[in-house]
Amino acid sequence: MYTYLLRRVLLLIPTLLIVSVIVFLSVRLIPGDVIDVMFAQMSVSGRSNLPSREALEAALGLDRPLHVQYLSWLGDIVLRGDFGDPLMAIEPVAVLIRQRIGVTLELGAIAIIVSLLVSVPVGIYSAVRQDSVTDYLARSLAIILVSVPPFWTGTMVMIYPSVWWGWAPPIELNPLVEDPFGHLGHVLLPAVVLGTALAGLSMRMTRTMMLEVLRADYIRTAWSKGLSERLVVIRHAVKNATIPVLTHVAVQLPVVIGGAVIVEEIFQLPGMGRLLVDAVGRRDYPLVSGINVVFAAVVVVVNLITDVTYSWLDPRVRHE
Amino acid sequence: MSSASVPEPQPRGNAFLAFLGELVRRKPAGAVFGGVVLIMLFAGLFADQLAPHDVNAVRMTDRLQPPSATYWLGTDQLGRDLFSRLMHGARISVTIGLTATTLSTGLGILIGVPSGFLGGRLDIAVQRFVDAFMAIPGILLLITIMSLVGPGMLQIILIVGTYSGVQASRVIRGAVIGIKENAYLTAAEAIGASRLKILLRHVLPNVVPPVIILFSTTIGYVILAEASLSFLGFGLPPEIPSWGGMLSDEGRRYMERAPSLAFWPGFCLALVVYCLNMFGDTLRDLLDPRLRGASGRMGGRGLSRVAARAPRGTSRKERAG
Repeated sequence: MYTYLLRRVLLLIPTLLIVSVIVFLSVRLIPGDVIDVMFAQMSVSGRSNLPSREALEAALGLDRPLHVQYLSWLGDIVLRGDFGDPLMAIEPVAVLIRQRIGVTLELGAIAIIVSLLVSVPVGIYSAVRQDSVTDYLARSLAIILVSVPPFWTGTMVMIYPSVWWGWAPPIELNPLVEDPFGHLGHVLLPAVVLGTALAGLSMRMTRTMMLEVLRADYIRTAWSKGLSERLVVIRHAVKNATIPVLTHVAVQLPVVIGGAVIVEEIFQLPGMGRLLVDAVGRRDYPLVSGINVVFAAVVVVVNLITDVTYSWLDPRVRHE
Repeated sequence: MSSASVPEPQPRGNAFLAFLGELVRRKPAGAVFGGVVLIMLFAGLFADQLAPHDVNAVRMTDRLQPPSATYWLGTDQLGRDLFSRLMHGARISVTIGLTATTLSTGLGILIGVPSGFLGGRLDIAVQRFVDAFMAIPGILLLITIMSLVGPGMLQIILIVGTYSGVQASRVIRGAVIGIKENAYLTAAEAIGASRLKILLRHVLPNVVPPVIILFSTTIGYVILAEASLSFLGFGLPPEIPSWGGMLSDEGRRYMERAPSLAFWPGFCLALVVYCLNMFGDTLRDLLDPRLRGASGRMGGRGLSRVAARAPRGTSRKERAG
């Protein structure tokens, strides 16, 4: 177990390093100079005291060689948790991210819970009644959920209730501590939109895993002991079938985050997604890089935790 | 897939026709989904000829019209015909879907096959890069890069195609590793076949079915990626009638007065992606019944696991060789 854990943690380091290189280079090596884009943006926004090109480069540290820039950027993050300063806001990047990340985590977590609440029961039922009409309908539903883009469902949820009943989702998000019900009520609808978009894949996964488990020898033993269907399915099959589904949720995390970006944009939630879209729109690349690194690190670490938990629950994985 | 039943000279067209026949006979529903995709392809290709109105003709007197005999689905805030714009949107989605997916699949094969076939240190190193790419949520990296290179069709194709190619390489690598575990590969090694020969004669032909399935599902992914980018304003320039862009610009600004402006582009998008996914499932069933019920679009693990059990390919090899 410990060697497995150690190997996984060691593999994490190169992955995170490469992530940081990709994020760093994506803003600096892609054609279209950051400085040019930022300059254009600043002159459009009508700043009077436009700094000179050299001054701007020096202020951003862009006059140094590329590897020096990278190492100092990475060093600050690793050693001091300092992501640098954004171009067009007063607080440092780390503070901005800390203010916004709560909403996104909350949105993502509720969305995952919603998606599991829908997908796991439907997937189990679909597998138990394989090839029935219900199974067919459930499978079609799963593919519909996978195919319908969340930015469409989100927009529809914004439009039609207000056209038909004059009801619109609230715009102002109250803090959780002051108004817990108003707050959750506000986050719930976007989370349901995101959750249903995620539910399709989990549903298919649950069904596949259940079908596999239901054919296992120990299930046949359970049947032959004369146990009821309820006991066989819930006590024996579901436990083993749902563990891979949970792993799948962790693998899906980048999709959850991507969906959160879009849903936050539609429902005007003040989370990391909107911070990113705004930052990209303003060409605030120090902020953009910071957000990308934080999200990627969350993904990598969550995946590690899931894998380790999985290998702890299912010892066969460790010996592969 | 017996190609002997259709007596025609060209063996390739032959196999294709036989495959189509089998598709219609065994999977009529799947054929319908394929048909819808074909209709969209047709509408997109001939949008210039078929669209009832000029897509960019601005008629301020006819703005935000409800559906009528002239404007089948109504008009937008500039009096442009929504139906015609949707048809041109189909063209955008088709173009991006096919080109970016081709790029993605090619790149996926280029990375996935050597990584899976050679294994060892190369595999470990390459997979760390793939891990890193997959850890950065796609849409984040895509909007970051799109904001630098600026909106445009070519940019989207290259960037979305490359990103999804890295993801595709995982699936292809999994399939290759699965194939490597088959007994016939050990047999080929035992009789002294060279690695190159094993790769060309045994591995590549067997990668074809998963690649075809991957292709069909990647199209849907790529179309949705373009739509999401255009929706967020980082995809195509606003004057181009992309479904995602229409849903964002016209759709959201005038959503209370003309909700159909937001409804139809998203509906087309969902319909096409749904049909592509259903058609992909049908292909999966036809090409390899053992893959049935694997986990779909994200089915890398499913594919590799099942491919490991499947000593596939005699009929396919005969045709390829």
